[in-house]
Amino acid sequence: MSINSGSEGATIRRRSWRDVDLRAVAPFAALALLIVIGALVNPNFISITNLANVATRSAFIAIIAVGATFVISSGDLDLSVGSMVAFVASLMILFMNSGVIADPGLMLAAAMVLTVVIGSLCGLANGLITTVGRIEPFIATLGTMGIYRGLTTWLSQGGAITLRSSELQGLYRPAYFGSVFGLPVPILVILIVTAIAAFILYRTRYGRHVTAVGSSRDVARYSGIAVNRVRTIAFIIQGLCVAIAVLLYVPRLGSTSATTGILWELQAITAVVVGGTALKGGAGRVWGTICGAFILELVGNIMLLSNFISEYLIGAIQGSIIIIAMLVQRSLTRKA
Amino acid sequence: MTTTGEGAQTPVLSAERVSKSFGEVQVLFSVDFDVMPGEVHALVGENGAGKSTLVKILSGFESPSSGRLLLDGEPVSLPANGDAEALGIILIHQEFNLAEHLTVAESLFLGREVTRFGILDRRFMRAETRRILDMLGSHVDENALISTLAVADKQMVEIAKAISRDARVIFMDEPTAVLSREETDILFDQVRKLRAAGTSFVFVTHKLNEVMELSDRVTVLRDGQWIKTAPTRLLDSDSIAQLMVGRELSSLYPAKHEPDVDEDVVLSVRALSTAYVKDVSFELRKGEVLGFSGLIGSGRTEIMEAITGLRPRLAGEVVVYGEPLAAEGFREAVRRGLAYMTKDRKGRGLLLDEGMTANLTLQSLERHVRYGYLDPASEREAMARAKRRFDIRVRDDRVRVGRMSGGNQQKLMLAKVMETGPKIIIIDEPTRGIDVGTKQQIYHFIAALARDGCSVIVVSSEMPEVIGLCTRVAVMREGHLVGMLEGDDINEQTIMRYAAGLKRQAAG
Repeated sequence: MSINSGSEGATIRRRSWRDVDLRAVAPFAALALLIVIGALVNPNFISITNLANVATRSAFIAIIAVGATFVISSGDLDLSVGSMVAFVASLMILFMNSGVIADPGLMLAAAMVLTVVIGSLCGLANGLITTVGRIEPFIATLGTMGIYRGLTTWLSQGGAITLRSSELQGLYRPAYFGSVFGLPVPILVILIVTAIAAFILYRTRYGRHVTAVGSSRDVARYSGIAVNRVRTIAFIIQGLCVAIAVLLYVPRLGSTSATTGILWELQAITAVVVGGTALKGGAGRVWGTICGAFILELVGNIMLLSNFISEYLIGAIQGSIIIIAMLVQRSLTRKA
Repeated sequence: MTTTGEGAQTPVLSAERVSKSFGEVQVLFSVDFDVMPGEVHALVGENGAGKSTLVKILSGFESPSSGRLLLDGEPVSLPANGDAEALGIILIHQEFNLAEHLTVAESLFLGREVTRFGILDRRFMRAETRRILDMLGSHVDENALISTLAVADKQMVEIAKAISRDARVIFMDEPTAVLSREETDILFDQVRKLRAAGTSFVFVTHKLNEVMELSDRVTVLRDGQWIKTAPTRLLDSDSIAQLMVGRELSSLYPAKHEPDVDEDVVLSVRALSTAYVKDVSFELRKGEVLGFSGLIGSGRTEIMEAITGLRPRLAGEVVVYGEPLAAEGFREAVRRGLAYMTKDRKGRGLLLDEGMTANLTLQSLERHVRYGYLDPASEREAMARAKRRFDIRVRDDRVRVGRMSGGNQQKLMLAKVMETGPKIIIIDEPTRGIDVGTKQQIYHFIAALARDGCSVIVVSSEMPEVIGLCTRVAVMREGHLVGMLEGDDINEQTIMRYAAGLKRQAAG
């Protein structure tokens, strides 16, 4: 008999069909449908290798989108994440290239810590500009998007920043290409990050406050919730998630440029919205977000494996997906 | 008909035996009302007396359930949704209907723009606007944006708009509620000028001094019934107040519990001022139910929000259990045992898209934290307790709060506030928009709280509620605390006199 806002999708409620939250179920239904379509298009699609490959490649967007779920649930928006990835990753590589620590193991550890700190600070900056500066998050993060991107271009002098030490490269490589008990590391990271995020959002006081602030700032304020603190922390969580994505991104290519992470913010927001989180704030759905990120990657994969749609149309298809997702969300809300 | 002593003129507009029901609830009972050419007719009555409904019927925004309307003595059925403006019958709403981003001239001609060869004739419209404003003696710039105007000027633009449509009868619903004294004087001057030119006004207000000042005739409504229509010169404020009230208090209210005079003072407010409220001081004792009465906009909510730290203070001090309470420290206030229940249930009180439990525990989540996470079982227990204590009745526990009845929402909001375990509870409009059965439950709950040693402040626009519940009543008017009533002074006539500005005590 519990009111269990936390178990979305995982436990479909008994009782009448009317109680089933269609918005929570819809993304998973869409994912299942896509897998069926994929299997029909190309038998190779359904192979474990291919699906694991898709999941691995979705890792960056998925992890960033988990952070975006917090920001969007609390009623804000962060457009700077793509630029933030480029900026944070560039700093990480530059630090490792600087050679201030001789021992490669220690160097790598220090670089990872630094990445997490810089990511959080970038998020903190977004949060403070939005809350203390009282600037619409759309504009505030549009500004920092330009700043982070510009700083990256400046750091790279318009070219690329490449990890020079092959020893470090070798040491760091398994963080993206390795696997634990047969599970690729990026997938493992997605699962851990999402599980922690779900716990925070559904099972802690802070998570409840995020929902309240996103649903109604006024109600939150009149309930004694420190609205600006909650919003700022959501931006910091976003920054942390970007840092984690960077930790996976750097070992993959070992290089960044001014074009790293371009349009990732749109993919992250799409994943969040496809996952059933309302763009106007309130109900956040972390597992739905992951599902949304898989859907985006799967669509690309199916297009690649099929012959009847050009893979150059992938951007158009992803754009259509976000529009369709919004339409579906609205029609489901009306019924509820 | 009720044409009293104005000769054999035909009324411009009149209502004969008009009744109105909304669903099961009848709000007007066979009311007669008429407006003579070139008169200002004041329509007075308490909240819920049916004034607004009558005005809406006379201006075509509602249709009567029975009875008929006459225009120039001929039966008429007014077109709906403001189309009666074409007949010269214009209602100026309490909230202005002006688009903030348009200029004054654009606003005046909104929806009936003058064109030449299909192009807006802006010069003509500006000149015409200027002509009307000059006629009204208003200095408002016809090119100014509405958003830059003072409230009184906006009111003037509304009136200019009415004039530009050749108004014959202008309905004004509490036009001075948002105006300063000076602005009110300007408005009244314009009204007198237009009256001399033959325009009629129906003036809905709570302020009896303004009735005396401006109107030619007064009609009093009470509980949806017509009570009296008379020339203003034959009445005085006291007799009007007398006519407006005069109803017996029923057993809706529990027995009052008088605290001992030597009980501890739990809350004392000293010379508190905000942007609107000026220099308010009072004390609250343990086990007391203190009422705050006054007209809408008199500053009651502002003062309570300033006390609890939800709104900035400009001056003054709030002392809780002998310790000063910092300004803008709402969470600190809650920790110290102070609770505030908003009157805005849907906008500030409850998360309408969430379930009952999330709402109930929102303000007291720390009670349900075990090892850093929220314990669902503990929250469930709290919900079960609250449902019993406040008699919250829902068919399905997982219903979204937005779909619950107003009464259940109100009880849930009260339960939410009480979850913080407060000792001093400020309840703003405890029974707004709920049925009488739930009202009674809430009244008994408030009385029980006081008996248990809690102190309660009830802010209410419903006078019977304040009278029935409270052992002391503070009356606010235009940001000032004008009276603190006790004992036999707690009656509608006296409260009305203070609230309408006919009487005031020295601040204390």
